[in-house]
Amino acid sequence: MSKILILGATSDMSRATAEKFAQNNHDLILAARNVSRLTHFQNDLSLRFEIEVILAEFDAENKKSHPEFARKFKEVEVVLVFFGYLGSQHLAEKNWKETHRIIDVNYVGAVSIVGIFAQYFKERSQGIIIGISSIAGDRGKQSNYIYGSAKAGFSIYLQGLRNRMYPYNVHIATIKPGFTKTKMTEGSKFPSLLTAKSHTIAKAIYKAYRKKRNIVYTPTIWKLIMGIICSIPESAFKKLKM
Amino acid sequence: MPWVSNWGRYPKIKAEISTPTFKNESISLIQSKNQIINRGLGRSYGDASLGKEILSTVKLNNIIEFNKQKGSIRCEAGVSLEKILNFIVPKGWFLPVTPGTKFITVGGAIASNIHGKNHHKEGCFSDHLIDFDIILEDGQLLHCSRTENADLFEASCGGLGLTGMIVTARFYLKPIETTFIRQTTLCTKGLEEVFYVFEKNQHANYSVAWIDCLQKGKKLGKGVMLLGEHALSDQLPSKIKKPFQLHTSPKVNLPILFFDQVLNPWSVKTYNHLYYKNKKKEKKERILHYNSYFYPLDNFKNWNKFYGKKGLLQYQFVLPIANSFQGLKLILKKIEKSGLDPYLAVLKLMGSQRELMAFPMKGYTLALDFPIKKGVFKLLEELDAMVHDLGGRIYLAKDARMSAHWLLKGYPLIYEFMNIVQKYNPSMGFRSHLGERLGIFKDYQEKMILNV
Ligand SMILES: Cc1cc2nc3c(=O)[nH]c(=O)nc-3n(C[C@H](O)[C@H](O)[C@H](O)COP(=O)(O)OP(=O)(O)OC[C@H]3O[C@@H](n4cnc5c(N)ncnc54)[C@H](O)[C@@H]3O)c2cc1C
Ligand SMILES: NC(=O)c1ccc[n+]([C@@H]2O[C@H](COP(=O)([O-])OP(=O)(O)OC[C@H]3O[C@@H](n4cnc5c(N)ncnc54)[C@H](OP(=O)(O)O)[C@@H]3O)[C@@H](O)[C@H]2O)c1
Repeated sequence: MSKILILGATSDMSRATAEKFAQNNHDLILAARNVSRLTHFQNDLSLRFEIEVILAEFDAENKKSHPEFARKFKEVEVVLVFFGYLGSQHLAEKNWKETHRIIDVNYVGAVSIVGIFAQYFKERSQGIIIGISSIAGDRGKQSNYIYGSAKAGFSIYLQGLRNRMYPYNVHIATIKPGFTKTKMTEGSKFPSLLTAKSHTIAKAIYKAYRKKRNIVYTPTIWKLIMGIICSIPESAFKKLKM
Repeated sequence: MPWVSNWGRYPKIKAEISTPTFKNESISLIQSKNQIINRGLGRSYGDASLGKEILSTVKLNNIIEFNKQKGSIRCEAGVSLEKILNFIVPKGWFLPVTPGTKFITVGGAIASNIHGKNHHKEGCFSDHLIDFDIILEDGQLLHCSRTENADLFEASCGGLGLTGMIVTARFYLKPIETTFIRQTTLCTKGLEEVFYVFEKNQHANYSVAWIDCLQKGKKLGKGVMLLGEHALSDQLPSKIKKPFQLHTSPKVNLPILFFDQVLNPWSVKTYNHLYYKNKKKEKKERILHYNSYFYPLDNFKNWNKFYGKKGLLQYQFVLPIANSFQGLKLILKKIEKSGLDPYLAVLKLMGSQRELMAFPMKGYTLALDFPIKKGVFKLLEELDAMVHDLGGRIYLAKDARMSAHWLLKGYPLIYEFMNIVQKYNPSMGFRSHLGERLGIFKDYQEKMILNV
């Protein structure tokens, strides 16, 4: 079974996904900031699924550390990019530091680490990279366009990379989750009918891996919703409060 | 802020819920709040885990260590018994004590000090508990066992979440040869026979009796007694090929949208009648899976909603052995007279239990489910008086309504308990709706000062 590297392994979605891969006998490398927080989770997965689980320190914003980090784990066959930073749109509008951080985590940091692994995979003509982007990157709206634009950048980056890597048997999948109940969205209100659970997203991600899907909206209803939202003419859209 | 309620769907409270993922996150959360209450899977029926500020443990759900030699397991407090079963059953182990549902957490099992159908033989959950780590109101993390911080260890067993937040715990498991139970079914005609059968079968590892409460007069207490033993491998019929079989995930969601109240006296009467008849026909000795023996209701994910929008009250009390028979008769008659029929009644013989806030005592415990409707609260108040006059007490883990008046009578060691709570949590930072209702923080604090 191929070895899976999970970047941003403390996230709610990634823990659900890690369990899904563990259930299917994959060995895991869980990478995150202050990764010792994951010791109990590491024990849990290795005990229950009899797999090997390694912890590794990783910070998306510390781009200088990325080449060294990637070298250490270049033998992995699958890389999952979960880290993300929603930040505060409100704060970011007047504060460059917050804006920069949103772009840095969601776009720059992601591009930095994915680029290195893509290179390794290309040389070996083998590998899968799965990036967790967002429906927020499909259309800019006032409530979260800084985060949205960083995710949009990440989506387009993954799309281009997919195109470039195709001849080398390296697969790139873009996952676009809809509103999901996780730490990131704790406290925010959203219609419960449209709120997904982490394990629903995890299932979709595992399926995208198995079936080598390109772009996945999860739950699938979001494909339709985003289709509609994207078809609203800009002249009308700009007047909406979204 | 969302509305929250527990299994009985009463009371409903507006609360802020925080769900930490890590120990350190829990510590900073507790430090940042003036008051908070721990909550697991909300399977206590009433308000034991409700409050304005709730710390939900459901994301602290990792199994940390399994010791094959000692048969012990260490896990985070938010791990459900279902998850533990999934892990241990294929290895030949079982829970030492289990309630009637597997959807509760280890933290909840400790804080309510749960009992099972084997209480008379194997005690409460605390009797199998080795140690735990607990976070106090100031964020301090303490290790507790029978020898280390022993007072806090004991107070936390049945401490209703008021002593601190348990983060991890270690306890012993029980070895099994198969995942099947050898069940003996005995149909009884009335209360007298039920008591006789209980006493005669005290050697049975598991025992419980289902009582048909809608029977009147002589048939009062007519019921079905179910005894159980873990089946040994050579006792399995040949058609069972694999001795270790896990439960399947149930999750049948019945369409409650159409019925506000699926359960009503008529449907219950029919069901009781059919159940009894069926059990009478059933073979006296039968091999069945642990899931069917221990957790029959788990197959319906949302059965609590059958009781209608207003919810249900579970009334569980215990009477000392000397008063059990006469007392139960009086209480059942009182209920019969009220015309308010409980839909489910489960009787069990208990052994004694030593913790400060222990519910069990040597005697009989009866658990009754009442749909909430006019008159129920009044009836239960009258029953409270009877139960306490008979020297019994109410199971607080399931309570949603008892008045503060009875607390000291039922739990005479409450002052000692509160002393320990205050020793470790001087501002009593762990506060639940139940605690407020029972006057634990106000009345007892005032009285305690007078006491010294
Ligand atoms: C169908 C059904 C059958 C049942 N059968 C039985 C039975 O046979 N025997 C029995 O004894 N009980 C039984 N119960 C009751 C149930 O086992 C207890 O109420 C149990 O405590 C529920 O655990 P929970 O995880 O849902 O916790 P909750 O209901 O959320 O909380 C229960 C108590 O535990 C405290 N608590 C939870 N986690 C922690 C923690 N980490 N640290 C400190 N305190 C904590 C809470 O503050 C609260 O006081 C049954 C309940 C149901 C719904
Ligand atoms: N929840 C939703 O509705 C939703 C919808 C669409 C897309 N997404 C995306 O899904 C992914 C997972 O998020 P989630 O919902 O599971 O939320 P989450 O639990 O808040 O996860 C965010 C993760 O990103 C990590 N992270 C942030 N900055 C980092 C950095 N500099 N270096 C390394 N890791 C960093 C966080 O780690 P720490 O623990 O160290 O903070 C955390 O593990 C994110 O990319 C998010 O943008 C979420």
